[in-house]
Amino acid sequence: MGKRIGLEVSLSAAEAVKMANVDCIAAYPITPQTHIVEHLSELVNNGELDAEFIPVESEHSAMSVSAGVSAVGGRAFTCTSSQGLSLMNEIVHIVASMRLPVVMILANRSMSGPISIWNDHTDVMSIRDCGWIQVFANNGQEVFDHVLFGYKVAEHQDVMLPLIINIDGFILTHVIEPIEFWEKEQVEQYLPDFKPIYTLHPDRPVTMGGVGMPYIFSEAKVAQDEPLKLSKSIIISAWKELGDIVGRYYSPIETYRSDDAETLFITQGSYGETVSLVVDELRDEGKSVGLVMDRLWRPFPFDEFREATGQAKNLIVIDRAISYGGQGGPLAIDLRSVLYKEKNQPHIINFICGLAGRDVTIDDFKNMYHKAMEKVKKHPREEDFEYYGVRGK
Amino acid sequence: MTKTRQDLAWQELEIGATLITPGNSDEYKSGDWRSIRPVVDNKKCIKCGTCYVFCPDAAIYETEEGFFEADLYYCKGCGICANECPTQAIEMVEEEE
Amino acid sequence: MEIVEPTNVYAYKLITKKDYFAPGHRACQGCAEALAVRLVAKALGRNAIVASATGCMEIISSPMPFTSWRVPWIHVAFENAAAVASGAEAGMKVLMRKGRVPKKKITFLAMAGDGGTSDIGVQALSGALERGHDFIYICYDNEAYMNTGIQRSSSTPYGASTTTSPAGKVIPGQITWKKNMPEIAAAHNISYVATACPSYPIDLVEKVKKAARLTGPAYVHILSVCPTGWRLPPELSIKAGRLAVETGVFPLYEVEHGRYRFTGKIERLRPVKEYLKIQGRFRHLSEEMIDTIQKRVVEEYEKLNKKVEMTEGDK
Repeated sequence: MGKRIGLEVSLSAAEAVKMANVDCIAAYPITPQTHIVEHLSELVNNGELDAEFIPVESEHSAMSVSAGVSAVGGRAFTCTSSQGLSLMNEIVHIVASMRLPVVMILANRSMSGPISIWNDHTDVMSIRDCGWIQVFANNGQEVFDHVLFGYKVAEHQDVMLPLIINIDGFILTHVIEPIEFWEKEQVEQYLPDFKPIYTLHPDRPVTMGGVGMPYIFSEAKVAQDEPLKLSKSIIISAWKELGDIVGRYYSPIETYRSDDAETLFITQGSYGETVSLVVDELRDEGKSVGLVMDRLWRPFPFDEFREATGQAKNLIVIDRAISYGGQGGPLAIDLRSVLYKEKNQPHIINFICGLAGRDVTIDDFKNMYHKAMEKVKKHPREEDFEYYGVRGK
Repeated sequence: MTKTRQDLAWQELEIGATLITPGNSDEYKSGDWRSIRPVVDNKKCIKCGTCYVFCPDAAIYETEEGFFEADLYYCKGCGICANECPTQAIEMVEEEE
Repeated sequence: MEIVEPTNVYAYKLITKKDYFAPGHRACQGCAEALAVRLVAKALGRNAIVASATGCMEIISSPMPFTSWRVPWIHVAFENAAAVASGAEAGMKVLMRKGRVPKKKITFLAMAGDGGTSDIGVQALSGALERGHDFIYICYDNEAYMNTGIQRSSSTPYGASTTTSPAGKVIPGQITWKKNMPEIAAAHNISYVATACPSYPIDLVEKVKKAARLTGPAYVHILSVCPTGWRLPPELSIKAGRLAVETGVFPLYEVEHGRYRFTGKIERLRPVKEYLKIQGRFRHLSEEMIDTIQKRVVEEYEKLNKKVEMTEGDK
């Protein structure tokens, strides 16, 4: 077991990147990701990490540089938040199509406008369909573990896809948590060297990024989607192997007191830990409540969700993003279609809350539970959703 | 021979749609584009290689005797070689049907 | 060492017969930009890695499943050729340092058109030049967004008619002067800046080779005559390039560590009319506009001359 210290989560993320022995870090500072890149530049400049730190002039270039690094066979790392993610949007899609296994930490922050530096999931939801593997980390230790997991899965010969680790901005990035470092031997055991299939090298010239003529484009897209779907089994075994080495086991979804629950909270990200306390309090009051926390967002864990919600009557889905003009938040929208043909069709009560860092307390969640119980009595249409806690009616 | 349109299944694409046969555009008959073609008068040719250097399509090659000829598989009939030849040894001639 | 185009035509035999840019590409007949790419590929040889922006050369050379590239080549997007090349260069540096790839001299090339350089790509270019990556950036300047249908760019010369700066009854074509990208590159104080034209192939090849030899960023700006977009017969592509140089519209020069030098100074500039009149995109020009162009060309040539004197580049 490596050292266990209290450390700001951003710094521990940087330390994990160092342990992963990356070759290049190309990032542009944006609140609340800044401490990650600052610490990485310190590690490089102090000679603790043998890598190139490339202070790019924009996020678009951050992802472009990372693509170049990955294409020659280097292990690339970048990180950003909301506006930076939007700016690099086209390259995010392209990197997935080119099967370049870049790992990115996304310090979740609200998408403008109005401009906001605070935490919600509108940024990660804006790239829901981009083709990257997407996971949520819910506390500091998970962030550390998932950097190493990220490269292991992304660089797997049968995967070769870029991967995003979502961490809630400020709520995680700027808090000090107990972090258990890995031992160097554990990393060596878990994470092999990057062995790409093709690289840019004069000894074997290849052409990457050719024109997708109409008669070939669709085949290229299927060739991209299939490995993403198939990566789920590799993701699960990578988590198992991680657990076998450091004793912490992760899975696509995690449940808490959900087996016999009539009503389930569904969360993504760091809210999960808060809601687990809510579940305890409500249970003490005799309510039949449980919690399902989603960790794997893409590829979507269909089977696991269906199994976890198989007995529930009500799902209280906590979304921290909106589909304007649509049926509420992206998590609820996805869940409705996942459960569409199931024999058991729970009510889906969708709350949009915690936008741009607005605090959602235990009492707020309990309030949502009571509101949900009222709503189901009235049999609302499923696409109804509520912006929780917004002033003005 | 590179597989093309009707033949390539998605499983046959290389990872990331990478193309692994360098320069395989040389299978494409760009010579189909032309309506005039260069004809060299070797009596005037001074074997300088000007036509070779200025061809955008690398469609001119040096023969064993050191003269230069257009590779009609690729030649698009742009006429640059005829225009640049210092001894006007090249004439652009209409392609008959 | 001065690089001048020798008048002895047999000098062309000095250019290697190896081609790293294969025939069968889909460039227009008479495309001088394709010729420039071919010559650059000859200059760099097999130990090169190319990052290309979206544009004419990218489209015509990589229609899946065909590729004209016999060296490693990557295309990501339109405005980031310099950034992708930066990443490839930095990545390879680390891999060689860590011993994962055997040490060897590889030249990194970023290539883009004038659109991907002076407009949408100028940010990534500036960043890469400032960070000092050891690479060559080549701008193939055909003076408009040719690939998407001849729309104007900031490299379109004054008076030229393009599809978004058409010669109309009220506004006669492009009304701003061509952006001086070589000077912008030179302002970054990089090792080497040069202008070149495929009508002078030996000059072009030597400059690219020099750029590859020098460490640090190098910028080469290549005037690429486009018969399709400039509206001239394809066989005149090389002649048009020559006229651009001989009239002073596109002077051939280099800036090595800040010292300016003409490579082939034209002692008596030809009148610009000779260059303009063979191109359909200038067909509408009034005498007044031609006069304006003539005066400005001479002015810019003089400015360049003064820079040569000031930096003692000739010594």
